Amino acid sequence: MLKRAAPLALAALVAAPSAAQADKFGLGREATQDEIAAWDIDIRPDGQGLPEGSGDVWTGEEVYVEQCASCHGDFGEGIDRWPILAGGWGSLESEDPVKTVGSYWPYLSTVWDYVHRAMPFGQAQSLSDDEVYAVTAYILYLNDLVDDDFTLSKETFAEVEMPNEDGFFMDNREEVEPWMSDSAEACMTDCKDEVEITYRAAVLDVTPADAAAREAAEKAAGEGEQTASAETEAEAEPAAEEGPDPELVAAGERVWNKCRACHKVGEGAANGVGPHLNGVVGREAGSLEDYRYSKAMETAGEDGLVWNDETMTEYLANPRKMIRGTKMTFAGLRDEEDIDAVLAYIEAQQP
Amino acid sequence: MTDESKTPSASRRAFLRGGLAAAGGAAAAAAAGRAAASGDPAITELQPWNQYLGEGVDARPYGMPSQFESHVVRRNVEWLTADTTSSVNFTPLHELDGIITPNGLCFERHHGGIAEIEPDKHRLMINGLVEKPLVFTMADLMRFPRENRVYFLECAANTGMEWRGAQLNGCQYTHGMIHNVMYTGVPLRMLLEEAGLRTNAKWVMPEGADAAAMTRSVPIEKALDDCLVAFKMNGEALRPEQGYPLRLVVPGWEGNMWVKWLRRIEVGDEPWHHREETSKYTDLLENGKARRFTWEMDAKSVITSPSPQVPITHGRGHTVITGVAWSGRGRVTQVDVTLDGGKTWRKARIDGPSLSKSMHRFYLEFEWDGSPLLLQSRAHDDTGYLQPTKDELRAVRGENSIYHNNGIQTWYVNEKGVAENVEVS
Repeated sequence: MLKRAAPLALAALVAAPSAAQADKFGLGREATQDEIAAWDIDIRPDGQGLPEGSGDVWTGEEVYVEQCASCHGDFGEGIDRWPILAGGWGSLESEDPVKTVGSYWPYLSTVWDYVHRAMPFGQAQSLSDDEVYAVTAYILYLNDLVDDDFTLSKETFAEVEMPNEDGFFMDNREEVEPWMSDSAEACMTDCKDEVEITYRAAVLDVTPADAAAREAAEKAAGEGEQTASAETEAEAEPAAEEGPDPELVAAGERVWNKCRACHKVGEGAANGVGPHLNGVVGREAGSLEDYRYSKAMETAGEDGLVWNDETMTEYLANPRKMIRGTKMTFAGLRDEEDIDAVLAYIEAQQP
Repeated sequence: MTDESKTPSASRRAFLRGGLAAAGGAAAAAAAGRAAASGDPAITELQPWNQYLGEGVDARPYGMPSQFESHVVRRNVEWLTADTTSSVNFTPLHELDGIITPNGLCFERHHGGIAEIEPDKHRLMINGLVEKPLVFTMADLMRFPRENRVYFLECAANTGMEWRGAQLNGCQYTHGMIHNVMYTGVPLRMLLEEAGLRTNAKWVMPEGADAAAMTRSVPIEKALDDCLVAFKMNGEALRPEQGYPLRLVVPGWEGNMWVKWLRRIEVGDEPWHHREETSKYTDLLENGKARRFTWEMDAKSVITSPSPQVPITHGRGHTVITGVAWSGRGRVTQVDVTLDGGKTWRKARIDGPSLSKSMHRFYLEFEWDGSPLLLQSRAHDDTGYLQPTKDELRAVRGENSIYHNNGIQTWYVNEKGVAENVEVS
């Protein structure tokens, strides 16, 4: 690990506690127990930090379907490029390893800790402790590591061993990689007889096109083109003044942060986890051609639901109350002002 | 403008069509209504900036680069990730010089988007195996003694897309998850001593205040060595995308450990094995086992120009090759450059400050005869480390370790001066 460790060893700290106290700056203040409780959310492999609580596999499935499946897939298979949670057993030595909770993660505590602090994506720290236990149990079930009658709790936590717990070892580059000390022997002349190109990036052509194109265009173009485009931009701006109140739109952009993990709006917006919102106002609910809505949303549209200011306000206040079975994993906006603001933002982004 | 019938560029195009010959200047002369002059109209004709006033000192309270530098930007690669809020963009290395990365061009890597934190509401807590758990405001932290250090920050996944072959055609993409910045901050050691470490303190866990609440385990020896709790980068407050108002600096170690939007340091006696040091940032080898805690960033270098995004456009003759080199273990002592794919090497010239765990800038000037080139650079550091080839790395690690790809980079430059990312035998 650290071959060149710092000279300040722990022994020095042990030896002189009183000296250290005398040197304190007296800055900051003591944390209260409530403050520590609010932030001290980390869980360790030995279970330290786990709160009281429990959750069984089937409760976990309910939470998972509502809050996780839209990105991670019904079976943890991962949708688009969202992470795969289950599967991949025995694949680590293959050409294409699939690293999942079951095939790769060494400790269950990591799952509990991460789900609690960072998930669902876009609504971090919104699950209750019992829900985190339940979802964790369900993820274990998806990975065939527990039976469907399993309940995960602070007490049963230690029963679960992850299959890949022994799959890791300490960094050993310094022991096994010869170039760590090859500097003095570096060859400078006649190092190879022949050199051949064995791989070319241009063949793959996966580099973003705009970079090369833009640079080529800029090299070819003269200053005239630059000033011309600047002029057209200046003309275009006054037109943008019409439309929703700019302050409300700005406030709405902050609210939009809760939506953007799943929804896009504006020039070039495409469907993602959620449908894009271009043209949403006036559109029948659940009607975009190439987006897979929930049955509930499609039915609502067929029954006559059209998105307008009123219906969108009702939906955003509590999506699952208005449309039972919607797959939009969002609790809702409590503040009516936030709803007005984000609707103004969505309107302002319409291409 | 003195002549409203044409813009400067139109006159330059006319010049190019007409050529240098005085006779050819007749068309330009007729249009200009002046006596024909030979020479570059950029010189012989008055330009708008020679004549007219520009903006005043109140026009740009926070100055930005020239509009003509608008191509010098961070860029991202759409297909790399599910969403831009948990993703990365890349520093435009090919356009930069010196060793300091301008704040607005420092690459970004977020796991929950950019947190927008109100500094008055931001707190740093130290808890765990300490005598007294503490809470600091930003104002408190500004009252500790400060240090200024120039350090590189490299994502461990930098060049990770290149393990299986040459893939992305530009050094911004192949090597751009790195920046080099002067940090101003308080040594972490001072804050830990303020809280008072208990005798069994062996690890610290920095934690972020953003939606990803990033955590890593840092051994106490490193925490007490050169880690900083930083609030300034290159003289000004950290940018929001670099962790405003506070981030951890872990010199020479994986970028992921430099927790942004730093809100808490917990002191413990065992590592936490959280997601970013188990699921991620572990290096899977061919035998199915993975290295963990691969903290140090190995010595590495790359030629930034010429490279695919900046071809040689001046033809034969005196040519400047430039690039950057760095090591997480100390100073770069030497950089070698080859023009023939590794048959012969020459020592490049390192210019500017040579600081431990900072980027270094190197140059090699040579006379290009217009024949194809296979350019490579190779770094040495002050621990005796020699930058390996990609083949050497793959022989030991296989192709699936994702992280810590510090292999030698090859650019093929053809007779037209166009460069391409390649691999060679």
